[in-house]
Amino acid sequence: MADSLPTEFDVVIIGTGLPESILAAACSRSGQRVLHVDSRSYYGGNWASFTFSGLLSWLKELEPDSEAGDRSLAAWRTLIRDTEEAIALRGQDDTIQHVEVFRYASEDGGDGAEEMGALQRNPSSEASSTLAQPLDPACPSEETHPDSTSPETPARDTPQPDGDISAEVTDGEENQVTGEDGGGQTCVHPASGGAEDENKPAAEDGPDPPRRTRITYSQIVKEGRRFNIDLVSKLLYSQGSLIDLLIKSNVSRYAEFKNVTRVLAFREGRVEQVPCSRADVFNSRELSMVEKRMLMKFLTFCLDYEQHPGVLEDRDVTRRPFSEFLKTQKLTPNLQHFILHSIAMAEPSCSTVDGLKATKHFLQCLGRYGNTPFLFPLYGQGEMPQCFCRMCAVFGGVYCLRHRVQCLVVDKESGRCEAVIDGLGQRISAKHFVVEDSYLSRETCAGVRYPHISRAVLITDRSVLQAESDQQVSILTVPPSGPGAPAVRVAELCSSTMTCMKDTYLVHLTCPSARTAREDLEPAVQALFTPSTEADTDTGDLGKPRLLWALYFNMRDSSGVSRTSYRGLPANVHVCSGPDCSLGNEHAVKLAEALFQHICPGEDFCPPPPNPEDIIFDGEDKPPEAPGTSDIIMAKLEGPEGSQNPESPGQHPQN
Amino acid sequence: MHGRLKVKTSEEQAEAKRLEREQKLKLYQSATQAVFQKRQAGELDESVLELTSQILGANPDFATLWNCRREVLQRLEAQKSPEELATLVKAELGFLESCLRVNPKSYGTWHHRCWLLSRLPEPNWARELELCARFLEVDERNFHCWDYRRFVAAQAAVSPAEELAFADSLIVRNFSNYSSWHYRSCLLPQLHPQPDSGPRGRLPEDVLLKELELVQNAFFTDPNDQSAWFYHRWLLGRADPQDALRCLHVSRDEACLTVSFSRPLLVDPGTETLLLIVDESPLAVEWRTPDGRNRPSPVWLCDLPAASLNDQLPQHTFRVVWTAGDVQKECVLLKGHHEGWSRDSATDEQLFRCELSVEKSTVLQSELKSCKELQELEPENKWCLLTIILLMRALDPLLYEKETLQYFQTLKAVDPMRAAYLDDLRSKFLLENSVLKMEYAEVRVLHLSHKDLTVLCHLEQLLLVTHLDLSHNRLRALPPALAALRCLEVLQASDNAIESLGGVTNLPRLQELSLCNNRLQQPAALQPVASCPKLVLLNLQGNPLCQTAGTSEHLAELLPSVSSILT
Repeated sequence: MADSLPTEFDVVIIGTGLPESILAAACSRSGQRVLHVDSRSYYGGNWASFTFSGLLSWLKELEPDSEAGDRSLAAWRTLIRDTEEAIALRGQDDTIQHVEVFRYASEDGGDGAEEMGALQRNPSSEASSTLAQPLDPACPSEETHPDSTSPETPARDTPQPDGDISAEVTDGEENQVTGEDGGGQTCVHPASGGAEDENKPAAEDGPDPPRRTRITYSQIVKEGRRFNIDLVSKLLYSQGSLIDLLIKSNVSRYAEFKNVTRVLAFREGRVEQVPCSRADVFNSRELSMVEKRMLMKFLTFCLDYEQHPGVLEDRDVTRRPFSEFLKTQKLTPNLQHFILHSIAMAEPSCSTVDGLKATKHFLQCLGRYGNTPFLFPLYGQGEMPQCFCRMCAVFGGVYCLRHRVQCLVVDKESGRCEAVIDGLGQRISAKHFVVEDSYLSRETCAGVRYPHISRAVLITDRSVLQAESDQQVSILTVPPSGPGAPAVRVAELCSSTMTCMKDTYLVHLTCPSARTAREDLEPAVQALFTPSTEADTDTGDLGKPRLLWALYFNMRDSSGVSRTSYRGLPANVHVCSGPDCSLGNEHAVKLAEALFQHICPGEDFCPPPPNPEDIIFDGEDKPPEAPGTSDIIMAKLEGPEGSQNPESPGQHPQN
Repeated sequence: MHGRLKVKTSEEQAEAKRLEREQKLKLYQSATQAVFQKRQAGELDESVLELTSQILGANPDFATLWNCRREVLQRLEAQKSPEELATLVKAELGFLESCLRVNPKSYGTWHHRCWLLSRLPEPNWARELELCARFLEVDERNFHCWDYRRFVAAQAAVSPAEELAFADSLIVRNFSNYSSWHYRSCLLPQLHPQPDSGPRGRLPEDVLLKELELVQNAFFTDPNDQSAWFYHRWLLGRADPQDALRCLHVSRDEACLTVSFSRPLLVDPGTETLLLIVDESPLAVEWRTPDGRNRPSPVWLCDLPAASLNDQLPQHTFRVVWTAGDVQKECVLLKGHHEGWSRDSATDEQLFRCELSVEKSTVLQSELKSCKELQELEPENKWCLLTIILLMRALDPLLYEKETLQYFQTLKAVDPMRAAYLDDLRSKFLLENSVLKMEYAEVRVLHLSHKDLTVLCHLEQLLLVTHLDLSHNRLRALPPALAALRCLEVLQASDNAIESLGGVTNLPRLQELSLCNNRLQQPAALQPVASCPKLVLLNLQGNPLCQTAGTSEHLAELLPSVSSILT
């Protein structure tokens, strides 16, 4: 099949992270011929989501692969002409470090447990896990990097285990997919998706059972496909650039969203709900009448703080830290805490202007889709890149997963990149090349120093703040533990987000790295949770949620690296960064749009697909029957003769 | 080009759209025509249902077509079997729902649903409640749907507690919801009925305090939201005062009896709503208002026959019965007296507290305290300022007079759009205070000069006043209600901005009238004054009409009986 891959494209994009995928969709939509490849077997790169077993095999894949480096060095060398030189790409991803896994849930039922429906199971993944260990830094239970070289297929994202070319973006949402062939007529707005979904899962699950159910590790493994564990923990700001882009481009129809239901604060050792919307303030029982007024007054002020000249003219005030400014605003300490940490989500060093800006953005996002400013994509953040890939494919983009690109081919004279050579030794030429920076070789990145993101993924048995409904999606900021330490962002997802099994919660912790992820995040984890083993003596329901499983790792944050830091890259090779540390997706969208303007100057960025009735068909130049169907690309890839008419009936393998 | 779609240009799109619309319009018009023809011909059959559903499906606001459908359905009711009717009704309910989705605020559609449901032998009310809940989920402020919900709840006898819980759930979502607050105000008195002795609609104190807390939550969260303030005012002003006969006055000289009520009433001639019994025997009289317009008025009067006033008897007893309100009043005219009267000694509570009538002043005091707290935080919030003023008046109008005037000053500054309204309100309050002071002093002289009054009200309370000083105010008229002052002898209204004298009419005892420095333009403006028989002194100095030549002659002609006219 790979032999039939066309050898000429307008744009070749390497890496399927969010910025690359948005860029791929934009280019494809503008009529560029796009080849989008990823050496991994799943979409999204460091933006991906995994089932539980998928995550375990991802962890194994991180193990250095001795074959990778020199596998076919000789093969591609011969394809380089004299007038050309090659820039090798990196075969092994080294953006993830300091991986540590802890298993707290009891084994119950022995080692025989396996994920139901897993496509390819590697028994060693279960066997290599060690038993639960206490959260004692003195004796960490290392179970990382077991000796295993056979990677397990991350389940959901690879529907065609035999092919290395996957033309279809699987997103596991049949209802959305079937709705798409009508074209632009019935626009599925993310609002309706999110809002409708709000009550459904809660109704299904009913009230909390009186007894805390014990989840065992084998249950987690068995129900592993219920998990969609994000490598990056992000949310969509309701008025953010990603939402705007999803709506503008109609990509929103490929995804469903759920509102974050609560914004929480961690203060004086207690988790409490932050009243952030007008309705919250009205309903709050914790705030006094005067506090309600003070909070509303301050928030109203923030909404148009630029209009209050008195505040901004005073340069001293604006340069002082936001926390200092809040102290001057007649706010009680708990209100100051709420605003600083949970609403502005400000770093300790955050200036007053930035704090006001963040608060304003938060407030502007309120009420668009619900009572908090955030949306979470059902099935995880990993859906986002895939949705854009789907859009790209609909407009003719060609997709290849598990497709290595070995090098960029640069013409010595012009200094431009002419082609790439892929893992099969095929030479593919294009005008523009986009490379996700984890593919860049050590030589290329020699001068670059990367900051890191500390991440923790926890599976717990209960919410950090129990409420009437157990189906809550919460965002919480744990303030810095001391001077110089970062604030820790916590996102807690319930099972109705389709990211974890019933009766569990998936908790993501994120902060900029100071040390290893565990060193950075463990204090916050200990403050909020208790290891499952200790909880055995726990009698009441008053204790903290139990930890069932925990993963720590550091991820490289290349978002701040400027293009000029990379050595020897031709002008038509563009670099996309991996995920950044911030909560929103603003950086990815901005990056994709900037690169798009470079590649297609003056073109509209991801305009909505035309309505089916506005598409003109004529005999000679047959366009795809309608946007929103991925048939055309399937047909193209299926037919090796390449001359097949995609319009002829019976040629739609997927429909 | 590869992957590039060929798409119609915007002109082509517009043209396609235009054609489509034209086609639609044609269909719409022909269907409408067909319906009207069939209706005229009396062909009210299922085809009319079909035709109207096409039109109403696109435009549910076509009220005539709903009428048409009702006619058809009524006719079919007689013709069809119960099974057929059941299918018909089911289809109609489904159709109504689809129309509501087109326009959830269509009067005709909701009305039709009410009509249909009330005709069904076994309506499924649970389903209707569910429907309301769904539409209110989409728009919690859709008052059409709220109306319909109240109809359904009443029909299905849903308990007020359940309905209150439902209204609660929407207030929690968004408290800017007049409909939901209003529903509360209907449900709470039902849930907490008071013993018969108390005034209607008043809430028990514990419930009231909880409601006050809820509504305070709302206005501390958003003091600019009116709905909460309106509900707050409702909570504090629950009891409707009963009709009362305030004053009865008999004058021997004018052979006239005057009655004043606590509110404007209409005494229909011919009906026996207001009875006069003189010396224990009914007397048929003709009631009229002082201004002669016989519109609803707080003051009514009648002429008495000489027999009822003759001086032979030691006294005459006059009893007036207001049958509609079941109240009566009696007064005695003694031999040798010119007049007799009977009057409630009005207290502030009876007179003016109708707006905020909570029994316990402690509740009002604590409300005043929290409003003042809020006002400190929001010095420019007009709702808060106004509520403070109302609370102060309810607590003690005289004690808080000075403070109230200061709040008015602030309120006018922050709400200049309503300056005139506020001036009038302030005038009203000042007048009320003056009336109270006068009554406490039991005098018949009322000084209202230098009070910045813009409007005169409560004039029906001044039935017995003989001397009234209105000078140095901002009055623009002496309104018709002034004619109620049957005993008025001296009226000073100099230094105002008076342009019309509508109320200075038929005042039987008026002798002196000062109108210096006003804005009377034409001698004709003095026309009403001609009906005051005893007027001898009229001062018009400083009015524009004095500049016009021939004014004196004109006035002498108009007012021949007035001996002294100063111009």
